[in-house]
Amino acid sequence: MIRRIAAALLLAAAAPASAQTFAIINGTVALGDGSQPIPNGTVVIRDRRIVAAGGMRMKLPAGTQVIDASGKWVTPGIVAGFSRLGLADVDLSAEGADDTNNNGPFNAAIDVVPAINPLYQTVGVNRADGVTRALVAPSAGKSIFAGQGAVIDTGADMDPITAARKFQFVELGETGKDKAGGSRASAYVLFRNALREAAELSGVARPIAVRHQRSEDVLLTRFDAAALLPVLQGKQYLFVHVERASDILQVLELKQEFRALKIVLVGASEGWMVADRIARSEIPVIASAVNDLPASFEQLAATQSNVGRMRSAGVNVSIGMIDDSDTRNLFMERQYAANLVGLQKVPGATGVSWGEALAMITSRPAQAVGMGGEIGSLAPGRRADVVIWSGDPLEGSSAAEQVYIDGVRQPLETHQTRLRDRYRYLPRRDLPEAYRH
Amino acid sequence: MTTRLLAIAAASLALSACAALEEKPKPAAAIRINEDPYPSTYKRYPGVLTVIRHSTVIDGDGHQIVNGTVVFGDGVIKEVGGPELASPAGAVEIDGSGKFVTPGIIDVHSHLGDYPSPGVQALSDGNEATSPVRPEVWAEHSVWPQDPGFSRALMNGGVTTLQVLPGSANLFGGRSVVLKNVPGRTAQDMKFPGAPYGLKMACGENPKRVYGSKGNMPQTRMGNIALARATWIKAQAYKRKWDKYYKNGGDMPERDLAMDTLKGVLEGKILVQNHCYRADEMANMIDMSKEFGYHITAFHHAVEAYKIADTLAANDICAVMWADWYGFKMEAYDAIKENIPLVHNAGACAIVHSDDANYIQRLNQEAAKALADGIRAGIPNLSEAVAWEWLSKNPAKALGILDKTGTLAAGKMADVVLWNGDPFSDYTRPERVWVDGAEMYDANDPKKRPVSDFELGQPGEGDVK
Repeated sequence: MIRRIAAALLLAAAAPASAQTFAIINGTVALGDGSQPIPNGTVVIRDRRIVAAGGMRMKLPAGTQVIDASGKWVTPGIVAGFSRLGLADVDLSAEGADDTNNNGPFNAAIDVVPAINPLYQTVGVNRADGVTRALVAPSAGKSIFAGQGAVIDTGADMDPITAARKFQFVELGETGKDKAGGSRASAYVLFRNALREAAELSGVARPIAVRHQRSEDVLLTRFDAAALLPVLQGKQYLFVHVERASDILQVLELKQEFRALKIVLVGASEGWMVADRIARSEIPVIASAVNDLPASFEQLAATQSNVGRMRSAGVNVSIGMIDDSDTRNLFMERQYAANLVGLQKVPGATGVSWGEALAMITSRPAQAVGMGGEIGSLAPGRRADVVIWSGDPLEGSSAAEQVYIDGVRQPLETHQTRLRDRYRYLPRRDLPEAYRH
Repeated sequence: MTTRLLAIAAASLALSACAALEEKPKPAAAIRINEDPYPSTYKRYPGVLTVIRHSTVIDGDGHQIVNGTVVFGDGVIKEVGGPELASPAGAVEIDGSGKFVTPGIIDVHSHLGDYPSPGVQALSDGNEATSPVRPEVWAEHSVWPQDPGFSRALMNGGVTTLQVLPGSANLFGGRSVVLKNVPGRTAQDMKFPGAPYGLKMACGENPKRVYGSKGNMPQTRMGNIALARATWIKAQAYKRKWDKYYKNGGDMPERDLAMDTLKGVLEGKILVQNHCYRADEMANMIDMSKEFGYHITAFHHAVEAYKIADTLAANDICAVMWADWYGFKMEAYDAIKENIPLVHNAGACAIVHSDDANYIQRLNQEAAKALADGIRAGIPNLSEAVAWEWLSKNPAKALGILDKTGTLAAGKMADVVLWNGDPFSDYTRPERVWVDGAEMYDANDPKKRPVSDFELGQPGEGDVK
C-alpha cells in the first residue's frame, strides 16, 4: 500500500508543466534574506527560477498564471541546516528502513548519496510541512570522520540530490573523543594525522590509484585519505561538530594551522561564551536552536539565548537539528525559530528578529555551504523553492498549503494524511477500513 | 513501633483468653500495612493575596474570559470572573493586559529526575531492566531532585505538576510518582500530597526488544501478554491471601513488594499508566484489564488512539499523545497530526505529554499544533479554551488529582501561569508561575529563578535559559 501511495505521488509531481511563468500575488512575502515580511507582495517564477519577488507592482507578461495568496504568507522553502533526512524511514528495530549506521571499514570516503531514499515518508512529511531542502550528513561510525554530506531537495521525484559531496563531517567533541578511543587529545592527533595523510596525496594525479606508494605508517585507507584532500585544499566544506566552548576554540586554532580549511561549526551549544572569537574567525555556525539543558558535560552553559548572542556578536548563525530527531522532525525548525523571536520579550535573554529567524532556516544554512546563490531565498535567479503558508510560517499552527520545488508544485499527501482520512469517522460501514482508499 | 507493641498486646490478650476459657484460640487481629512509607513532606511556600486583572483567562475547563479576573490567596483559587469582580482588601494587583492566565500545565509523562541532565550513566535511573516484571520499584527512589530540567519545565514550560514514571523496558515498570514542580532537597519534598500512585505498564516493542535480545521472555508480543497475564494471576492470589488476612487476622502473609503494587491496582488505589502505541495492542490491554478486574487510567504514547477513539471513550481511558512525533519506531509509524483532536472529538480524554526534558518546555506549543491541525481537518467545536483541557484538566484527571488542581476553580490549588501573550503562539513564554499560590518564577526578577545545586558555580549559572 505504501508503494501505491508513492506511485501516486510521483504521478502528481510529474503533472505540472515546467517552462511556464506564474506569479503568486497578494500574499505577505518574506524573502528569507533577513528582511522583514512585505505585505501584498508578489513572487514571479519562470523556468523553475525566481524572476522577481517583493512589494513592487509588477507588470506580468500576458498568459502568466496567477495564484492569489491573499491572507497567506509566502516564503522560500525551509532549508534544514543539519539533518539525516532521507537516511531512515524508521529509526529503531526496522531492518532495511535505516541507513544511518556506518560501521564499515571506511570513514571519510563515505558519500552519503547512495543511502538517501527520496520515497521515505520522512521526506514526504517534511515536504508537506514546507521543508524543501536539507543538508544531509552521514553519521560517524568507528572514526571521527563520518564522511561526505549532500544537499538534497524533498521533491516527490527520484532525483533528490542538489549537490553531492558538499561537505565532510567530523566529530571533535564528546562523540569524537569516544570515536578516538576516549580522549579529545587523541581525536586531535587523529585529525592532524588524517590531514597529513591527505597532504601526502596532493600533487598525485590520481590519489586513489594503487600505483602511488604511500608512507608505511598510515592509519587511513587510501580512499579515506584521498577523500580528505579536497577538505585540506579548501575545495570541500568541513563540518565540525563540537558543543563546549573550549572545543570551539580548539577548532578555531585548527583554522590557524590549516588555513585553507572551510570550517563550519555544528552544534556549538556553548558558542555564546566565545562568540566574539567565533565572529572574528568568520567561521559560520549551524546551531541547535533551543538547547538549554546541561544535557552533557559539553553543554553545561547551554541556553536558548545562544543563537541570539552569537548573532549579536556578528557570527553567521543558522539552525540545524543536531542529534535532535535529525532523520525526521526537521519541520520543528520553524517552531524553534519562532521561539528565538519570542526570546526578545524575555528579560535577560537574547533573541533574534523575525526576519533573521526566518533567514536562519532558509538562506543562512544555504550560505554555510556556499549555495546562497542557488537556494534559501526569493532573490531573482534562485531556484523556485516557494511555500505558501496559511499564516505566519514561524507559528507551528500555520500549515504549508502549497509547496514548490524548482518551480514544480508538490503533492502534500502522506501516509499520515491518508490515515487521517481513513479514520476520520469511525462508525462501522458496509466494508472494513481497509477498503477506504 | 506503636503497631508492633499493639500487636504483641493483642497476641497476649488472645493467649490469656484462650487459657481461661479453654476454647480454640482466636487468631490475632490483622495489622494494617502502612501504604505510605515515604510520605510527602511538601509544604506550600508563602504567597500573597493576588489579583490578576485585564488578562484573557483560560480556566482549563473549556471556558475563556476576555478581560478576566483571577483572585488567589492562602494557596488556593478564590474567584475567577470578569472585570466586575472586586479585589479583596490588601490584595496585590497585577495588570495582565495583553497577557493570558491559565492553570499550570500538568505533564503526565516525564522522566525528569530519573533520567536527569546531564544524561550520564551514573544518573541513568529510569529502567530497572533486569526483569520484565518489576512492579516493586518506585520511581521516587530514582528521582534526583537536583535535575536542572525541573527548572526549565517551570520557567519555560509553565509546568506546575508532573508525573515521573519508570521507563518502558518492562511490562511492569514500577510505580510512578506525582510531583509538584517546586524545588526540594528530597523527592519527598516535591511529592504531590494526596496524589495516588501510578503503575507504569508497557506493551509492544520495548519489552520484547529488551528481553528478547537477551534470549528471555518476552521475545514477542504474545510473550508480553502471556507474562503479564501470569503476573496478574499471581497478583490476584496475593490479594486473596491479604484480603483473608485482613478479614480474619492470624499469621501475616509474607509481603512481596511487587505484588503489593499490583494488589494496589486491583483495589483501585493505584492508577494504571500504560505505555502502548498501537490500536490493536491497546485493545488487548483493555481485554486483559477486564479479565483481571482493573481499570486502565491512560494509554501513554497512544499514537494510534485515533483508530479506536470510540473504544477509549466507551472504556473511560485517557489517551496521552504527542502532537506530531512519528515513525521513530515501527509502532509509531501510523502517527497522524490530528490524533489529539480526533480523540477529543470522540469524547475521550485527550492529553498532551512530553516524555522529554525539552518538549516539556513547549507543551503549550504542541497543543497549539494539534489544535490547528484539528481545526484544519474540520473537527468541530475546537478552541483554545477547549484545547487547554488537554494540558491541565485531563492530565489532572489521569493522575487522580482533578479535585485538587487542573482548572481555575475556586478552592483548588492556585497553580497558575501568567503568559506574556497567547500561549498558543510559539512567541509566547511564561512571565510568572505560581504553585499553590507561591510565586516560583518571575521573568522580571532574577531572584525568582530556581538554580539547581548542580548548576551552582558552573558556566551559565542563573542564566535565562
